[in-house]
Amino acid sequence: MPSQAVASAVSRPQPRYVEDVVRAAVVLTMFWGIAAFLAGVVIASQLVWPQLSFDSEYLTFGRLRPLHTSAAIFAFGGTALIGTAFHVVQRTCRARLFGGAPLGWFVLLGYQLFIVLAATGYLMGITQSKEYAEPEWFVDLWLTVVWVAYLIAYLGTVMKREEPHIYVANWFYLAFIITIAMLHIVNNLAMPVSIVGSKSYVAWAGVQDAMIQWWYGHNAVGFFLTAAFLGMMYYYIPKAANRPIYSYRLSIVHFWSLVFLYIWAGPHHLHYTSLPDWAQTLGMVFSVMLWMPSWGGMINGLMTLSGAWDKLRTDPGLRFSVTAVGFYGMATFEGPVMSIKAVNSLSHYTDWTIGHVHSGALGWVAFIVFGTTYYLVPHLWNRPGMWSTRLMGWHYWIATIGIVLYITAMWVSGIMQGLMWRAYDELGFLQYSFIETVAAMKPFYAIRLLGGVFFLTGGLLMAYNMWRTIRGEPARVPAAQPALAA
Amino acid sequence: MPTKIEKDTLSGRDTTGHDWDGVKELNTPLPTWWVYTFYATIVFAVVYSALYPAWPWVNSHTTGWLGYSSRVELTQELEAQAKARAVFVDRIRATPLAGIAKDPELFRFALAGGRSAFQTNCLQCHGAGGAGSTGFPNLVDDDWLWGGNLQQIYTTIEHGIRNADDKSRQSLMPRFGADGLLTGAQIAAVTDYVLSLSGKATATPEGAAIFREQCAACHQADGKGNQELGAPNLADGLWLYGGDRESVYRSTFYARNGSMPAWSGRLDEATMKMLAIYVHALGGGR
Repeated sequence: MPSQAVASAVSRPQPRYVEDVVRAAVVLTMFWGIAAFLAGVVIASQLVWPQLSFDSEYLTFGRLRPLHTSAAIFAFGGTALIGTAFHVVQRTCRARLFGGAPLGWFVLLGYQLFIVLAATGYLMGITQSKEYAEPEWFVDLWLTVVWVAYLIAYLGTVMKREEPHIYVANWFYLAFIITIAMLHIVNNLAMPVSIVGSKSYVAWAGVQDAMIQWWYGHNAVGFFLTAAFLGMMYYYIPKAANRPIYSYRLSIVHFWSLVFLYIWAGPHHLHYTSLPDWAQTLGMVFSVMLWMPSWGGMINGLMTLSGAWDKLRTDPGLRFSVTAVGFYGMATFEGPVMSIKAVNSLSHYTDWTIGHVHSGALGWVAFIVFGTTYYLVPHLWNRPGMWSTRLMGWHYWIATIGIVLYITAMWVSGIMQGLMWRAYDELGFLQYSFIETVAAMKPFYAIRLLGGVFFLTGGLLMAYNMWRTIRGEPARVPAAQPALAA
Repeated sequence: MPTKIEKDTLSGRDTTGHDWDGVKELNTPLPTWWVYTFYATIVFAVVYSALYPAWPWVNSHTTGWLGYSSRVELTQELEAQAKARAVFVDRIRATPLAGIAKDPELFRFALAGGRSAFQTNCLQCHGAGGAGSTGFPNLVDDDWLWGGNLQQIYTTIEHGIRNADDKSRQSLMPRFGADGLLTGAQIAAVTDYVLSLSGKATATPEGAAIFREQCAACHQADGKGNQELGAPNLADGLWLYGGDRESVYRSTFYARNGSMPAWSGRLDEATMKMLAIYVHALGGGR
């Protein structure tokens, strides 16, 4: 059957795909990945040794933290999504990118300009103080232009497709592009103080502002970090495993239930705040209902490997992707649990949330990008495989240990923090001051830092391996070749 | 428009007949456990949203069969906590400060309550252990600016220092240099005199004369200060803003006039009493 698949694919003529843009996106993704991991290691160090801000306003945690989150989500994740979206949409539609290379380059490079404008702004203290939406109005406007161009390129390619049906990966990418456009515009509506100044005032105020911010914030998780990367998963896992997708019906049902339910779950970020009770209830129950729709993607990802599990031994790239799906399943179970108000009253504002986010960001997002990149690099540069399969294996284990250290440290630290905050002594007085909880968390901050250093080290190994592969040196471990060339 | 339905030999399932760049799909039905777990979460959502406030209307929302409200829940929790402490708190309110210190049971309760309130409201400036830092008085030693007996401590907590409260403790040291009352050389001379009181420098007659004229009214002729005016003791070698020559010079040139908030209105009487007991017991109370 695999041979049939290859034969049918080869027998029809392929259009000339735009691939330079994808190649550039892969290299930029690696660059931003290292930048994001490094920024994470720096701010994790600052939490252990606060003096590492060196009393400089440019190096305070408050400015470097959005630099880290934006580098991870928007620079690393976003560049990977633009590159893979262009790769996947052309191949599964059997059509050259709409607008050709010029539009592709505009989207990719325009997006890089957005990243640079946002990042330099953070360091200079230019921010509208909305989490994951920190850039000021002029940067937001530029991103809107780029994003509309992205939508045109993507949708245009889908519309002129040669395949009769739209592949499921494209539904996910398209849901991501459309929804992010809507969220970005509504959440960032603002009035600039002056046309030549960076400062603006957000259109919303008070609890409405909070609600719109977390409608945006939670769906940045739902559509940027979940749906879009599911699109990636739906193409690269069956390609790497050379197996058909497990269930077409599951892909339809979980797609529509996921996109319908996700958009209502935002209020769970505002439990026990001035947000009205009824909105909190709805945020919670929609989050609980999200559990199975999220797991639909995990089932389809894992079960696609049935019959190809042996490939995990020989292809560390596929191992990354499959582990990513595992972390995805774990994080999308933990999320609904944390949205339950009784659990949230303990977990909210603690490190548990940070751990949860990182099991998604490191375990799911970064790992699926690593798996995809290990597939894409030999494919795009026409090499027999990565330069070193053994180095891929090292990367896998170092990064996995890093994640486990990170998440477990944050679980322990977060639950301890939550319990200390609510502890009463036998006379009915609060037992701990805030600073006592901070002191108690310090050892776990150090473990988290160690986890981050592991993850960064793995990223550096990958960058080196990638560089050697692109330079055109032959694979050093021939044993890996049959699996990759199959 | 399925192009070619094939049978996957490994799973025995048919494909859907599509082929995208070599990617195919199996026509596997939905996993039963997945479907029923999904239904179960929907049932949970329906039941939960019937019990609690949930569905919005035009101007209102469903209130839920349980009549739950997070505001009411918070009020009840606070009332329950207050009730549990009420016996002791009522006694603390009714007992004079000196009486609390003499009643072992009440004293123990006041120490715990005072510590808890201190950890929430005071440690930001005075430090977790009350040892203070530059500009923020040490509450563990016996050097008191405005007096260290129970009543004096209570008054300082209640009304604060140099703030907008009507009964706030008030005094103002002149900005001798900044306002041109003394020249730089005169301030240097009086700085040496002040440091000489704790044996850290050699005084000149000029410095002694300036001190007599400008400083002694508040800090007293012997430099030991006056707690009525919050004028620090300059002879004990303990310094709030640093005891090196540079720091003392700056203190004289610009004056310091540190401030502390009034806590009446933010904390209830019993809590302020417990704080006074706790601070008094930190080590330096008179």
